[in-house]
Amino acid sequence: MSASTAQTSTIATGFADPVIAAQANFHAAMTALSRPGTVTTLSAGLIAPEPLTAELAAVALTLADHETTLWLDPALAASAEVVAYLRFHTGVRIVAKPRDAAFALVVDLAGMPALSAFAQGTDEYPDRSTTIIAAVQSLDAGRHLELAGPGIAERASLSLDPWPSNLTAELAANRAQFPRGIDLVFVSAGRVAALPRTTSVSEG
Amino acid sequence: MNAAANAQSTGYNFAYLDEQTKRMIRRAILKAIAIPGYQVPFASREMPMPYGWGTGGVQVTAAIIGPDDVLKVIDQGSDDTTNAVSIRKFFAKTAGVETTTETKRATIIQTRHRIPERELTAKQTIVFQVPIPEPLRFLEPRETETRKLHALADYGLMHVKLYEDIARHGHIATTYDYPVEVAGRYVMNPSPTPKFDNPKMDMSPALQLFGAGREKRIYAVPPFTKVRSLDFEDHPFKVQTFDTPCALCGVENVYLDEVVLDDRGGRMFVCSDSDFCEERRAEGHRGELSGEEPAFLKTAPAVEGEAT
Amino acid sequence: MYVAVKGGEGAIDNAHALLAHERRGPTHIADLAPEQIESQLALAVDRVMAEGSLYDPALAALAIKQSRGDLIEAIFLVRAFRTTLPRFGASQPLDTSAMAIERRISATFKDLPGGQVLGPTFDYTHRLIDFMLAAGVAPPPPVEAPAETEPTPRVTDLLDGEGLIEAETATGNEDVGDLTRTPLDFPANRDLRLQALARGDEGFLLALGYSTQRGYGRTHPFVGEIRFGEVEAEFVPEELGFAVPLGPVAVTECQMVNQFHGSAEVPPQFTRGYGLVFGQSERKAMSMSLVDRALRTREFGEDVVAPAQDEEFVLSHCDNVQATGFVEHLKLPHYVDFQAELGLVRQMRTEYFARQEELKEAAE
Repeated sequence: MSASTAQTSTIATGFADPVIAAQANFHAAMTALSRPGTVTTLSAGLIAPEPLTAELAAVALTLADHETTLWLDPALAASAEVVAYLRFHTGVRIVAKPRDAAFALVVDLAGMPALSAFAQGTDEYPDRSTTIIAAVQSLDAGRHLELAGPGIAERASLSLDPWPSNLTAELAANRAQFPRGIDLVFVSAGRVAALPRTTSVSEG
Repeated sequence: MNAAANAQSTGYNFAYLDEQTKRMIRRAILKAIAIPGYQVPFASREMPMPYGWGTGGVQVTAAIIGPDDVLKVIDQGSDDTTNAVSIRKFFAKTAGVETTTETKRATIIQTRHRIPERELTAKQTIVFQVPIPEPLRFLEPRETETRKLHALADYGLMHVKLYEDIARHGHIATTYDYPVEVAGRYVMNPSPTPKFDNPKMDMSPALQLFGAGREKRIYAVPPFTKVRSLDFEDHPFKVQTFDTPCALCGVENVYLDEVVLDDRGGRMFVCSDSDFCEERRAEGHRGELSGEEPAFLKTAPAVEGEAT
Repeated sequence: MYVAVKGGEGAIDNAHALLAHERRGPTHIADLAPEQIESQLALAVDRVMAEGSLYDPALAALAIKQSRGDLIEAIFLVRAFRTTLPRFGASQPLDTSAMAIERRISATFKDLPGGQVLGPTFDYTHRLIDFMLAAGVAPPPPVEAPAETEPTPRVTDLLDGEGLIEAETATGNEDVGDLTRTPLDFPANRDLRLQALARGDEGFLLALGYSTQRGYGRTHPFVGEIRFGEVEAEFVPEELGFAVPLGPVAVTECQMVNQFHGSAEVPPQFTRGYGLVFGQSERKAMSMSLVDRALRTREFGEDVVAPAQDEEFVLSHCDNVQATGFVEHLKLPHYVDFQAELGLVRQMRTEYFARQEELKEAAE
């Protein structure tokens, strides 16, 4: 532990109570993925180095560890502080190619590679795919999306800002290759929502 | 409660599992939710109770439970069967959470073999203990083969099996663990619940999670998801019916347990869901035998029951 | 009553109290110390360590005491303890050629470097109940000799020198699989198969190994060598970058040498079946090496025709903690399912007798 004590002086701290925080964050992510369109509270409970947001960091610390792989978008990967923070708190293996990643952290949604660049899973193991966690400005303003599919009683909606123009069509293609596909989790200040691969998304 | 304080008092982490294991299970649960009905492999741990006794359900519950949750555990519909008591005690001890027998108060319900009669709500998660998660296992024992069949959505074997039943018996002869199709894609085992409970899974407001510890699989049905019991146009799916109402609370159209009262053919039928039955009796509902406590509820000599 | 509608908790507590009482037995007989188990029932301790996959003789001894001598229950206790332990990484491969040998025999050579060392063995004992043991008679001291200084190379290494046996394909620094961290998927690599077999039930592997000898997947085995003794376990901490000793572990290693006629790509040569278990258990190490070789069937372009060659069958059923849990779970109440089956059987009987009646009427 002597190495870690030396590093904590320069690396921002993680969760105050990791056990309880991880459970609460996981619960929020589980609710978001099982009820697409539902926006739930995500009290990050930590301070992350810029440009990593506290919510992105909270989800990463909740789900990633040395048994997982993580891809960072260029804005995040460019920050040595962000890389050091994630490696220190999770032990995650950071990979260069989106295709090798179990999780991807994205702060620049507009600049994100095509969904097809990430791991899609296989027909036999569709779970071996990337879950993208993207920070957005807002989860109730911006592009209005109509949602349908498992987890939704009849219809649901979600508004996201920003929303790259190509993403709706990409999500349709993603939906069409079910059971393979990408799951997306969106975080904004203190909140989380998700679009699993099962959700059909249309611009309303 | 404070997790560190809990760790000190029990010597184990909150809800027993270490955080590394919980993360691994949580990742599997999220994938399971995203791919309804697909069995996600997970690195199931040895638990302090035997494989086959709910280790999958216990691992799922341990991974999702938080300090504010209220836990209910049932086995065969009852909160007081030995294994349900044992699992409830395990979480009361290792997580310090509140436990309940009341379905409506629970936020997490871990179950073996039943779904409660009371409709579950969007605030609830039901966790099923699963012995054999693979619906095709008894038709094709090889994992390598069944995985391919799921990949191709080739469920011909299952339909042939059900159709052979019809050819031989005139009807489908599967009464529990009756296969379902989830969200129009994967065929899934609902775990050995009676087929009576299958319709409750369809478009349920609650999240349904399934844990198979020995077989190392987790799967899920998200809320409001289509769950269709496999059938044929000329042989539509039908649930069990009972000729008599519950002898204690008088309710009809629920799943009943047959209780043998003597060795001369005396029997009574009572609600399998013990909380549901108690609640009805508390509300003043009475069944045929509810004037007297039935023999199995007390230690006095057996009461002569009316044969049904 | 078994399905206590109320009071199940009290019944469970009472059952456990009774179990503790029965475990202790009559109090005029001395309580059994775990140290006695560790030293005097050492082979039971070895089995519990091997199948519990945790090298801790004192803990295994305590588990045996707690389980009242039910070794599968003791293995289960050790496994459930093991799963809570933090793991720091994988040790360096054990160098069994540097073993401090207690016993070493080869069936393939009459004599060889390092010699045949019988060591502590039941082999050649006459299986006559020894009533002197009941009388507590102290055994005579064993004969002592100076420690051997001659190296004891492995028989397979001797054969290897001539190219007569397949080369062991060490894959370097690749990650070694761990089926306790990643669920098995098939086909499994040999590292995972060997891990599963090392943890596998001794009786199950014994029966499978035996079946190969009786023609269900014959492998023409010879015991190249069995050796038992202590080996140093070493670990390379990331921050140091060099190996540090963790301490000695006692292991039994069996190298089975099997005949192989060769194929289009491979000249005729001997092939290997490998067994390695904690402690002294030649039966387990030998069975493991027979089954290991049988499971390599596909690798040698041979057909899978017997249970011992069937990877999914063997690996899915060799774990006795899984097996005992699932077999014994049948004790749990199943009355909801049984009710469903009762209804069905009654319905089918009604239909059957109605059909019989119709047939009778038609005949009349």
